[in-house]
Amino acid sequence: MSDKLRFHYEVSGEDFTRAGEASSDLKAKLKLMGASPEVVRKVAICMYEGEINMVIHACGGVIDVTISPADILLELKDVGPGIPDIEKAMQEGYSTASENIRSLGFGAGMGLSNMKKYSDEMKIDTVLGVGTTVTMRINM
Amino acid sequence: MTIGDIKNYLDAKVLTGDELLDKEVHTACGCDMMSDVLAFVKDQAVLLTGLCNPQVVRTAEMMDIVCICFVRGKIPSDDIISLAKDRNIAVLATGMKMFPACGILYENGLAGGASSE
Repeated sequence: MSDKLRFHYEVSGEDFTRAGEASSDLKAKLKLMGASPEVVRKVAICMYEGEINMVIHACGGVIDVTISPADILLELKDVGPGIPDIEKAMQEGYSTASENIRSLGFGAGMGLSNMKKYSDEMKIDTVLGVGTTVTMRINM
Repeated sequence: MTIGDIKNYLDAKVLTGDELLDKEVHTACGCDMMSDVLAFVKDQAVLLTGLCNPQVVRTAEMMDIVCICFVRGKIPSDDIISLAKDRNIAVLATGMKMFPACGILYENGLAGGASSE
């Protein structure tokens, strides 16, 4: 048996009401596998914030999850507009989300900072006009 | 405090989760911004919110929130209620506004769930 498990999710950017389905599925899987509640919670928050970002900023994308005995790796890839100023985007409270998104309960400028806070390591690769890949590692 | 106590204190209707009324709630969060909920909420919490969309349930699910109480007379649509039912989350609805609803629960011993950890 391989010591790594992989899951792949396609995130549709067209339907905000469905955002979070991938995170919900992964959370249920991790619970079933017996991961600690703390780890499950951290992964769920990181992935959900990332998934929401994909839907509201980048018309969706793909998420690859790799689970090994030591950690869980989340790779969220989109072909959206890219992030012009990562430093600014990382600041709590800074958001480029529209009024419409705010009225849906997001765009408070907490997404990326939440992802950083709950992951053990986070990396953002972004190219304007090409897309963004956010990689997060959460230790078991 | 139990979910049933919250229902009584806030004169709320139970939209789903009658079987969960004996469940204990340790903290509460009153919030319309879901990212703030994701940043601060602790275990076994009730979420009071005026926001009415499926992401409220998703957020509650991610944070293991046991009960959502919609304030200001908002009634969520059936698909929102059924999403919560599937995830074993109780849904209440009260006509009270956010501030008094939070105040009543606080006064009766429910702590705020904010944590900066």
